[in-house]
Amino acid sequence: MQRRTFLGLLGAAGMGAAVSTTAQAAGVKHFEGYPDSYGVLFDATRCIGCRSCEAGCNQVNGLPAPAKPFDDLGVLDKKRRTDAQTFTVVNRFDQIPGVAGAVFRKDQCQHCLEPACASACFVAAFTKTPQGAVIWDESVCVGCRYCMIACPFEIPTYEYNEPLTPRVMKCHMCHPHITTGKLTVPGCVGACPTEALVYGKRKDLLAVARQRFAAFPNRYLNHIYGEREMGGTNWLYISGVPFKYIGLREDLGVTPAPELTSGALAVVPIISAAWPVLLTGIYAINKRREKIATEEKKEAVKEALAKAKAQAKEELDKALAKAEAEKKSAIEREVKKALEEAAKAKAEAEAGAGQTEEGE
Amino acid sequence: MSTLKTENLKQYLTPFHIVVGIILLLGGFVTILRFTKGLGAVTNLTDNYPWGLWISFDLLCGVALAAGGYTTSAACYVFGLKRFHSAVRPAILTAFLGYALVVFALHYDVGRPWRLPYPFFVQSGPTSVLFEVGLCVFLYLITLFIEWVPAALEWLGIRKPRDIIVKATLALTIFGVVLSTMHQSSLGALFLIAPSKMHPLWYSSFIPLFFFVSSIAAGLSMVIFESTLSHHYLHDKMDETYLKEHDGVTYGFAKGAAMVLVLYFFIKVVGVALDNSWSYLLTGYGAWFLVELLGFVALPAFLYAIAVREKNLTLIRWTAVLTVLGIVLNRFNVSLVAFNWHLPPEMRYFPRWHEFVISIFVVTIGILVFRFIASRMPIFYEHPDFREHEPVELEEHELKPHPQTWGH
Repeated sequence: MQRRTFLGLLGAAGMGAAVSTTAQAAGVKHFEGYPDSYGVLFDATRCIGCRSCEAGCNQVNGLPAPAKPFDDLGVLDKKRRTDAQTFTVVNRFDQIPGVAGAVFRKDQCQHCLEPACASACFVAAFTKTPQGAVIWDESVCVGCRYCMIACPFEIPTYEYNEPLTPRVMKCHMCHPHITTGKLTVPGCVGACPTEALVYGKRKDLLAVARQRFAAFPNRYLNHIYGEREMGGTNWLYISGVPFKYIGLREDLGVTPAPELTSGALAVVPIISAAWPVLLTGIYAINKRREKIATEEKKEAVKEALAKAKAQAKEELDKALAKAEAEKKSAIEREVKKALEEAAKAKAEAEAGAGQTEEGE
Repeated sequence: MSTLKTENLKQYLTPFHIVVGIILLLGGFVTILRFTKGLGAVTNLTDNYPWGLWISFDLLCGVALAAGGYTTSAACYVFGLKRFHSAVRPAILTAFLGYALVVFALHYDVGRPWRLPYPFFVQSGPTSVLFEVGLCVFLYLITLFIEWVPAALEWLGIRKPRDIIVKATLALTIFGVVLSTMHQSSLGALFLIAPSKMHPLWYSSFIPLFFFVSSIAAGLSMVIFESTLSHHYLHDKMDETYLKEHDGVTYGFAKGAAMVLVLYFFIKVVGVALDNSWSYLLTGYGAWFLVELLGFVALPAFLYAIAVREKNLTLIRWTAVLTVLGIVLNRFNVSLVAFNWHLPPEMRYFPRWHEFVISIFVVTIGILVFRFIASRMPIFYEHPDFREHEPVELEEHELKPHPQTWGH
């Protein structure tokens, strides 16, 4: 739970762009693993490839018996990986430049300090225990298998033939057996006849490895695989041959897996905060533009109307004026005509009166 | 009596129905196999290849190709391109069905499908990119459902809730764009955690941006592609407005897709430059990368631009197909080809026929449901009782199919 909170903080702290390096830059905190966590040191110069560790693991975990018995070393002819019935495998590596015989290496969960599987799991089914083991909780697992995509060591496996209750299967460093007191060391360590495996506190194991380097400088490469790889693991390897020849990738880098995605995850809250404001802004701008456009249109129509009206009025006035003038002249004409007629009538009347006077 | 029966039977025995029937039968068979014998019996998945065709096609491609929903509604409601209005409903319906089918298909892939809500209701893993994808897809599916509901309510003649939802259109659209930005990009971000397993040409810290930008091109192209198909098969369900706006939508979306593809091309090149992966271009993987980048990004961008300039609808439609294929190719390249490129050939994955059956089965269900809804509900036409503006010409009414018309 603590760890999950920490990872959450890591994610939240990694603000800015989707660049993986920002997560660390944001804080001064650097997780170095639980201080007193346990791990296992594997010494490739001691391993004889007897598969006793495989048998020990199989037995303490009650896993199904394999097709070929554990003392059949013929299975080493083919390179194997962990599967749903096998938490650990030993592989033989031949034809290593400068080495006469074969070198063996045991493979199982490396129990990363900051596990990729735990960071990738969307139900937090994986837990990095303070004791060092990475354990998986069946009661919440959905079976999406993203942990298997994420693991750089290709460790988690899946029960593909279980129709409804498939489990993700992987080494748990015998965490359930050790916490219940059934075992004091993991099954594989207890079964190893050559002390190629040592169980102890991680910091002590690092010291043991360095002591061996000092005591036998020609026997070992001066590198502890797992001290820094993928941010460090609780399972550590030392070897006399380069690690790439015994199936350990040397190009994994030292960045803990959660940091690879924390930058991208940090963008998410930024988008959820910024996008609504931005989009509403764009909407508002468009709405306003539209409103202005409609208003301008209205204005233009109004203006055109007013202009037309004014023009019409002018024409009307002109026509009215003209009509008025015509009317006036018509009246004048009529008046003149009437006056003329009246004058004529008067003249005629006067002439008529003269005649009657003459006639009297 | 018997002649009537055979005629009835003949009526149903169209090639379409026969093919659909076979697909549904096969799908049912594989479904039973999956839930009785497990993934091992129906897939070629291994411990090295935990994700196969169902994730690559049904999830990654499915979500990318359903991007038409948010691109179209954003163009219409947020960016104010109202002339795309008639394209919104078909795009929303496609997106809703697309996402529903993504979730449906996931039930085959995950081990315990009834636990799919666990991340939100039982125990959350917020450090996981998949949690973010899941949450966004979950919320967006609900959003798309609400956006689609008015069509169903108009069909049923229920006005009140329909009016409330229509009033919330802008808020729903913005919510949809936010969620889509996040999960479209996060689908790419899923692979950020595995740099050691990915080919450097496809792995980039900008892969979330690549996925987001390409989803816009995919969404726009899918709208063009689908409207072409719908025109063919659902022409009688389209109203005057839809038909009148259709060519404009096609030109507008083609122009948009051309620009987005150019942007996508440039950021992909910058991605190679930033990681200084130039030397890989001379390898076999590099040749394949160039096929994707030149043949399925640069070429469609160019063809879209030409087609818009020359007003060539046929070329636009074929370019839409090319773009969609390009996005599918990209999702396959990222999740299957570039992923685990370090493994020897005999350990690589190729899907089993059962896996293809389920993917085709899921798409077929999508087409059937789309046809069922689009031939009944007001998708390609405005419901006469629920129009936003009064129709200008009343005689248009005569041409409109009645909502109660039972198609085909």
